[in-house]
Amino acid sequence: MTFYRSFTSKRVLPGFTISLGSSLFFISLVILLPLTGLIMQVSELSLAQYWQIITDERVVASYKVTLSAAAVATVINLLFGLLMAWILTRYRFPGRLLLDGLMDLPFALPTAVAGLTLAALLSTSGWLGQYLALWDIKVSYTWLGIVAAMIFTSIPFVVRTVQPVLEEFGPEYEEAAATLGSSPWQTFWRVIFPEIKPALLTGTALSFTRSIGEFGAVIFIAGNIPWQTEVTSLMIFVRLQEFDYAGASAIASVVLLASLLLLFIINGIQQRYQHITGGLR
Amino acid sequence: MKTAPGSRWIRPLLIGTGVTLTVLFLVIPLLLIFITAFSAGIGGLWRNLTDADMLHAIGMTLFVAGLTVPINLVFGTLIAWCVTRFTFPGRRLLLTLIDIPFAVSPIVAGLLYLLLYGSNGPFAGWLDQHDIQLMFAWPGLVMVTVFVSCPFVVRELVPLMSTLGTEQEEAAVLLGASGWRVFRDITLPNIRWALLYGVILTNAKAVGEFGAVSVVSGTIRGKTNTLPLHVELLQQDYNTAGAFIAAALLTLIAIATLVVKAFLQWKLERQY
Repeated sequence: MTFYRSFTSKRVLPGFTISLGSSLFFISLVILLPLTGLIMQVSELSLAQYWQIITDERVVASYKVTLSAAAVATVINLLFGLLMAWILTRYRFPGRLLLDGLMDLPFALPTAVAGLTLAALLSTSGWLGQYLALWDIKVSYTWLGIVAAMIFTSIPFVVRTVQPVLEEFGPEYEEAAATLGSSPWQTFWRVIFPEIKPALLTGTALSFTRSIGEFGAVIFIAGNIPWQTEVTSLMIFVRLQEFDYAGASAIASVVLLASLLLLFIINGIQQRYQHITGGLR
Repeated sequence: MKTAPGSRWIRPLLIGTGVTLTVLFLVIPLLLIFITAFSAGIGGLWRNLTDADMLHAIGMTLFVAGLTVPINLVFGTLIAWCVTRFTFPGRRLLLTLIDIPFAVSPIVAGLLYLLLYGSNGPFAGWLDQHDIQLMFAWPGLVMVTVFVSCPFVVRELVPLMSTLGTEQEEAAVLLGASGWRVFRDITLPNIRWALLYGVILTNAKAVGEFGAVSVVSGTIRGKTNTLPLHVELLQQDYNTAGAFIAAALLTLIAIATLVVKAFLQWKLERQY
């Protein structure tokens, strides 16, 4: 009954029917209908065929490349993001606002531009790559290049989730801890870390989700050598160019499931720690 | 700030590391884009910029963004109104569903549309009969761009509109204002900066989208090529300067986005 009543009870504000109707229309047409297209395509395959496509050796190699690169990129972004969120909220220094604004650059910059630029920058004759070449480190057109592209495109996630929490939390607690004789290391682990943990988790999960799906930036720098530097998104693209729609859909369904799972985990973290992450939803 | 003894070196060390890494990872790439774009000289710059394919790609990008932004603006506002002004079963689910495009890989996004509206999809016969081509044509570009950029406006509006509450709007209704008038005179002035913020982010995404667009575009020169796709074509042509000139145009839009974003954030902070 309550279910029924919540749809029919008198509302003060106007526009319920029209806004709910258009929301459902938009979400169904733009998001849900295309998803069913994929499900239909995949359901045409037998289980054995499906299994064969998604466990094809070249595809499995691409999972390994994607997951390992995304994991390394996410760890680096976790540390870098934490560092940036800390210095942007706790210290005042000239250029801080500029630094703050720059953090959003990877979201504003098209991924194709990022890939093109990083590939040129880190190639053995590039501005930075030539110095790495002295140490015999090749970045562009190797697995390291994929890591670099993934780091770049997901830099803002950890910074932007942790920053508001640190801002809110304020330095009083650290000062109190310091006054009570705690070392900076102890203060971090015992006072700050527990408070920022949910935001850090959310940012890390977002960063990882973005990295496993990244395409634009990666293909410019990866070299795309089968079995070595092919990411899974590229495998989908390759199958499409072969007009193998069933194959592309099967691999896409794996990627999609992984990212939807991560999305639900992220939403779960945000709801569980709503009081800390400041979520208003 | 007073801190524990022995921690005096921490501050300069952390700031130094952060600034160095930011310069290496964000500032140097920016410089590289513009310096390489100018490497062909003013003549080369002009020749590349006035190339017919480049001009077409610029036009197509603006056209796609010009259609995508209003669509997502209108529906984003309606969705935000629906979930913040009313409570109903499934409200949370609606909010999770609208987040899906952020989690989905751009390649998968393009594939979803290709499967549904392409020549093998369920609507292929009907579309063919009516001589409508969606995929490998501009409507496909707009459709996937709407998909990848639809969460931005909702995400900016929902937190703000929940915080603002509904008292002012309810008062206006009780005083006899029409629904449209409540929105125009009460809600809109309150949410305009957040709305503009959402629009800026939607626009940046619409202009820069690569993966999803590359699946449904077919990258036909002079026909369905957007600026990010043109970057790739020029690079494959070994026209490095050209690729970086296209990239520099996109970077200018990105920098403009950041500047406007900073301004809007400042405005929003004063409002909250």
